[in-house]
Amino acid sequence: MLLLLQYTLIFASILTLVALGGCFSEHSGVINLGLEGIMVIGALGGALMMRNMPAGSPAFVIVLLTLLAAVVFGMAYSSLLAVACINFKADQTIVGTALNMLGTAAATVLVKAINTAADPNNHSATIEYVEQKKAFIHYFGSFEFNWFMVIAVVILVLAWMTLYKTKFGLRLMACGEHPQAADSVGINVYKMRWSGVLISGLLGGLGGICYILAGVSQWQFEYGVAGFGFLALAVMIFGQWKPWRIALAALLFGLFRALSNVYFGIGFLAALNIPGTVYNMMPYIVSLIVLALTSKKSRAPKAEGIPYDKGMR
Amino acid sequence: MKKFLKNDAVQSLIASLLCILMGLLIGYIVLLFINSAGAGNAILDVLKNFMKTSNPERRVRLLGATLVRTAPLLMCGLSVLFAYKVGLFNIGTAGQYVAGVCASLYAALAWGWGWLPCMLFAIVSGAVLGAIVGFLKAYRNVNEVISGIMLNWIALYTSNMILTLQKQEASHYTLKLKENAPQAILPSLGLDKLFNYDKVSIAIPLAILLAVAVYIVLNRTKFGYELRATGNNKNAAKYAGMAEKRNIILTLIISGGLAGIGGAMLYLTDIEQWSVTATSVPGMGFNGIAATFLGGLNPIGTIFSSFFIQHITDGGPNVDTNLYCAQISDLITAIIIYLCGFVLFLKTAMNRAIDRSAERKAQKEKALAAEKGGEK
Repeated sequence: MLLLLQYTLIFASILTLVALGGCFSEHSGVINLGLEGIMVIGALGGALMMRNMPAGSPAFVIVLLTLLAAVVFGMAYSSLLAVACINFKADQTIVGTALNMLGTAAATVLVKAINTAADPNNHSATIEYVEQKKAFIHYFGSFEFNWFMVIAVVILVLAWMTLYKTKFGLRLMACGEHPQAADSVGINVYKMRWSGVLISGLLGGLGGICYILAGVSQWQFEYGVAGFGFLALAVMIFGQWKPWRIALAALLFGLFRALSNVYFGIGFLAALNIPGTVYNMMPYIVSLIVLALTSKKSRAPKAEGIPYDKGMR
Repeated sequence: MKKFLKNDAVQSLIASLLCILMGLLIGYIVLLFINSAGAGNAILDVLKNFMKTSNPERRVRLLGATLVRTAPLLMCGLSVLFAYKVGLFNIGTAGQYVAGVCASLYAALAWGWGWLPCMLFAIVSGAVLGAIVGFLKAYRNVNEVISGIMLNWIALYTSNMILTLQKQEASHYTLKLKENAPQAILPSLGLDKLFNYDKVSIAIPLAILLAVAVYIVLNRTKFGYELRATGNNKNAAKYAGMAEKRNIILTLIISGGLAGIGGAMLYLTDIEQWSVTATSVPGMGFNGIAATFLGGLNPIGTIFSSFFIQHITDGGPNVDTNLYCAQISDLITAIIIYLCGFVLFLKTAMNRAIDRSAERKAQKEKALAAEKGGEK
C-alpha cells in the first residue's frame, strides 16, 4: 500500500509538471503536442549531466545541476516548436508530431554515439546514474521520498500565481483567447507565445528528468517516455486548463498508472485478476469519456492552434 | 517558366525535394559531429539501401523487402491524407493500424479465416476506431487529435491483451502464420518469384491501386468534392446542403479502414510477429504522417514519398555500426517531417518572389513605354 502511495505521488508529480507546461503553452495559444519529445530531450539533458558528474559531488550540487541541464535542454528543444509555429506559422499539429519523433530519434543517436565513443564495444542507448540518483531520494522508513514531489507542489503554486495573479499571466491568457484584442492594447503576441512555449519546454524538461528518475537508475533512450507526454495532455484537458484541477487530475491518473505497476502486491486487487494492461488503459478511457461529456462547453483557449498573423483582423 | 513555377504541383515537388535535401544535410552534419571520417559514406549507405550490394539477386530481394514495408506505410499515408483533405488531422491512424494488425492476426490464428476475410475484418476494425473519432468530433465536439491519441493507446493495450491469447509459449511474440495459419498468408501471384522473396505479395499492387482509387474518389467524384468542400469550410458546406456531420464520420471511417488494411498488409505476409508486450504505438502510423506531407498531400505523390521513407529506413542498418547507429534514418525522417511544417511558408515565399519579379518587369516595361512616348 505504501508502494502504491509512493508511485502515485511520483507519477502525479511528473504529470502535474508536464501538464502545467502544456497549460502555459495552450493558454498562450500554441498547442504543444510535442510534450513527449520535450520530455525525452529534458531527460537526456539531465541524464548526461548526471553521467558526467564526479561520483563524490555533494547532493545539492547534483540536484541543482541536473535540473538545470534538463530545463535548458527542454527549453532549447521547445524553441524549435516556437520558431516554426509562431514565426513561420507552421501547422502546430505537424510540428508537434515531428518533435515527438525527433526527440526519441535524436536522443538515441546521441546517446549511442557517446556510449560508443567511450567504449567501442558499447552500442546501447542506455545511460546509468545509480550513484547520482541517490541525491534525489530520501528514505522515510520504507517510503522512497523523491524531491520532485516537493518541486511539483512548488511549481503548482507558482504556476497558479503566475497565471492568475500577475500581469504576465493575464496577458499570456489573453493571447490564447483573442490575440487580436491583446495586440490592440499593446501586448506583443509573438513574445507572449514564445514565453508560453518556452515555459512548457522548461516544465516538460523537468517532467522528463523526473520520469527517468522515478523507480529506475538507468534509462534506455530508445523507449522514449512511453506515452507520458500524451498522458499529460489528457491530464491537462481533464483539468480544464486550470492548475488546481490539473493537479487533481494528475493524482487520479497517477493512481491508475501506479496501480498497473503494483496491483499484484495488493491483496484484493490481485484477487480481481484484472490484467495490468487494463489499468494502463484506464486513464485514456476515462479521459475519452470525460471529453465526450464535457467538450460541448470546452474551456480550451479559444485561439489555440491558430497561427497569429498581425495582418489578419 | 513563371507559369510553370506558379503551378501548385510543381511548387509541392520543389518544396518536398528541399525538405529531403535539408533533412539529409542535417543528418550528414550530425554524422560529421559523431565521426567525421565516415560521415559521407554513411549517408550514401543510407541512401543506397538495396543498391549497396553488388549481387543482383540480393539486390532484387532487398528491394522486395523494402516494398513489403512500403505497402502498409502507403496505406497509413493515404489514411492521414484522406482525413486531411477533409480538414481533419487523423493522428489516430497509428491506432487504427494497430487495430488492423490485431484483427487480422486474431482472425487468422484463432478462427482460421482465409486471407481475404482477415483483411476485410482488419478494415472493419480500423473503420470502427475511425468512426468513434468521427462520432465524437461530429456530435460531441471532441478534437480529433486528442481523441485519436487516446484511442491509439487504448488500441495498443487492447491488442496486446487480445493477442496474448495467440502468443508463442516461450516468447512474447504471436504465433507464426506459416505453421499455424498458412491459409491467411497473402497470395503472391508470382511476385515472390519475381523478387525471389516469399514475403512479396499482392499487398504491393493493391496498395498502389488504392492510392489511385483515393485520388479518383477525392478529385473526380461528387462525393469527394463534397468531402473537400466540408474540409474547406464546414459552415459553407452545411449551407450548401451537404450533410457535414455525416461527411466527417464517413471520412474517418474510410481513413480508419485504410489504416486497418495497412496493418493486415504487413502482418499477413508473416514478415513480422507482433510483440504482445509492446509499450509504444508502432511508428508506422506516424511515419504515414511524414509520407503524406512529403508527398505534397497528393495520393500519387504519397506512393513515391512512402517508398522514399521506407527506403532510407531500411538503409539505416547499412551504416557502419561501429561508428554510427541505424536510428540515423529515423532522425532524418523526423527532421523531414519537421521541415514539412514550413512548406506553406515556402510556397507563399515562392509566390511572392514570382509576383514581385513579374511586377518589376511590368514596371520596367511601363517605364520603357513612357520613355518611348516622350521621344515622340
